[in-house]
Amino acid sequence: MIARLALIGLVAGVFSAVFGVGGGIVVVPLLISLVEMPTHAAAATSLGAILVTATAGALLYAARGEVRWGYALLIGLPAVVGAVAGTHVQQRLSGRTLTLAFAALLAVIGIRLVVL
Amino acid sequence: MSGWAIPAAICLGLAAGVLSGVFGVGGGILFVPTLLLLGLGQVEASATSLLAIVPTAATGVVRQRAYGNLRPRPALVIGAVSIVGAEIGVQLATRLDEDVIRRAFGVLLVAVAARLAFGVARERRRYPDVS
Repeated sequence: MIARLALIGLVAGVFSAVFGVGGGIVVVPLLISLVEMPTHAAAATSLGAILVTATAGALLYAARGEVRWGYALLIGLPAVVGAVAGTHVQQRLSGRTLTLAFAALLAVIGIRLVVL
Repeated sequence: MSGWAIPAAICLGLAAGVLSGVFGVGGGILFVPTLLLLGLGQVEASATSLLAIVPTAATGVVRQRAYGNLRPRPALVIGAVSIVGAEIGVQLATRLDEDVIRRAFGVLLVAVAARLAFGVARERRRYPDVS
């Protein structure tokens, strides 16, 4: 179990460093397929992992003076409101619907990576 | 910055938050292009996106904990190990052809998407009565 979780973390870290997109996009499907976590729990747990990684990354960048605080607030504050709405909507979706929606999101991002 | 940029950034920020809450992603996929649109450079955009992800993910975590979906220990393990993974990723990115890995990962994501969708379809055949 712990080895699989570590593997998921490793893949997520490599993925986010190489493509600049967060690890969440790989953490959720890997939690579903490798440790058989239900989709809602996988999404919640992915957010927890992202919180750890993004905090570490933001601190490192901030120490180098590369963070623009005003811009972070400009997009981060509306995103907090959006996150409350998003998690609320998610509770109303069935595991199947959520998995299919996530698959669609993955396919869109995957195709974008291929053709861009 | 032109007049429409700030309202547009607020709308895109809101959308990133919804995406984050529904799918359990950070929202960087929308944050970074928004910040580039606002005129930030690539490094500044990545750095600022990471900072914006912190309150977004924290909000999602608090809500999901209340809904009983959060598994804190797996989250900590994955988060901590992915910091190490990011270091490896930086090394890889400087050594390999970025276009090739980007396309390879793109194909992988589409394959994973197909797997998830087929998994749902198979389950539905096996347990047709459960909605």
